[in-house]
Amino acid sequence: MSTSWPLWEVFVRGKRGLNHVHVGSLHAPDAEMALRNARDVYTRRNEGVSIWVVKADDITASSPDEKDPFFSPSGDKVYRHPTFYSIPEDVPHL
Amino acid sequence: MADELELAFERTVQAEARIEPRDWMPDGYRKTLIRQIAQHAHSEIIGMQPEGNWISRAPSLRRKAILLAKVQDEAGHGLYLYSATETLGADRADLTDKLIEGRQKYSSIFNYPTLTFADVGVIGWLVDGAAICNQVPLCRTSYGPYARAMIRVCKEESFHQRQGYELLMTMMRGTQAQRDMVQDSVNRWWWPSLMMFGPPDSESSNTEQSMAWRIKRNTNDELRQKFVDMTVPQAEKLGVTLPDPLLKWNEERGHHDFGQPDWDEFWQVVKGNGVCNEQRLAHRRKAHEDGAWVREAAEAYAAKQVKEGVA
Repeated sequence: MSTSWPLWEVFVRGKRGLNHVHVGSLHAPDAEMALRNARDVYTRRNEGVSIWVVKADDITASSPDEKDPFFSPSGDKVYRHPTFYSIPEDVPHL
Repeated sequence: MADELELAFERTVQAEARIEPRDWMPDGYRKTLIRQIAQHAHSEIIGMQPEGNWISRAPSLRRKAILLAKVQDEAGHGLYLYSATETLGADRADLTDKLIEGRQKYSSIFNYPTLTFADVGVIGWLVDGAAICNQVPLCRTSYGPYARAMIRVCKEESFHQRQGYELLMTMMRGTQAQRDMVQDSVNRWWWPSLMMFGPPDSESSNTEQSMAWRIKRNTNDELRQKFVDMTVPQAEKLGVTLPDPLLKWNEERGHHDFGQPDWDEFWQVVKGNGVCNEQRLAHRRKAHEDGAWVREAAEAYAAKQVKEGVA
């Protein structure tokens, strides 16, 4: 038989103070089971203090084909970086 | 256009950068990866059986807890890897069907029987040791999700190998009968462990392209040599003899010389004629079929929750 359990993407917060990071995916019939399965598959050795599961279908991703044009608006804005500004060396704490 | 995409792919791979799921990739690259990762996943899942065989007969609660954790890890490794294949467009249920119908393979090592409890230790030491040799370079494989799965797997394999070696050290401190049991187990697993690296480079059809794509990072013979060099001093410390009369240090090469496994036996087992091939697949098929009602019930429950507006 084939089941139609949806695919869930799993995100784990390694410890307090860190972001949740994508670790992989799994299939589960519902969100609660996805969370329990994620605990067993991805945190058997204290790898996390918090887990998010998100249905893979609910994720909208940027396309790799247009990654250059998509991110190009920030490419020519060098003035957004602190190193763009020259400050005399003898100015402290800047 | 296709040429441009192919060039961008080649450049990424040559620069040691990673290919990620939605990047353009050659069909052959995708197919090779699905085949290799699925075979690897199947090996982890089938690999639960030889040791699972001893869980109920482990000699102490400590050994039983360790063995349970290890077998659970193997299931986890299988799941990380199936997850990686799905990023390539494969379907997990379809891969399971292919395994139980015998249309995809798994590592031949799991078609050998575990006759004594010493086999649990020797599998941890030699079989997982060989797996580590194979898998450590795969942490740098060119496909991102596979590389990341391998990093997780390798961290956990270290526990597997150490528990095996510790188990054997304990038995070697025991009675003569126990020491004999360890030696007998080493005699049976040594050659199949060497076969885990695959046929000699001269007969390995997939190696060249896989190396060019940086899926594979070392040849079969390189990894086999590395494994032998690593294992010899461990065997000495343990006090067992590796059953190869040709095994000796070669000062000139800076490596051990060693004999070749029986490659006819290897191909026989690959073709399905090993001692346990039928049993392993039958067991996997039964577990899958026996679990059908659980999958169906969970699905029905989820559908009911949605209908009642709970979830």
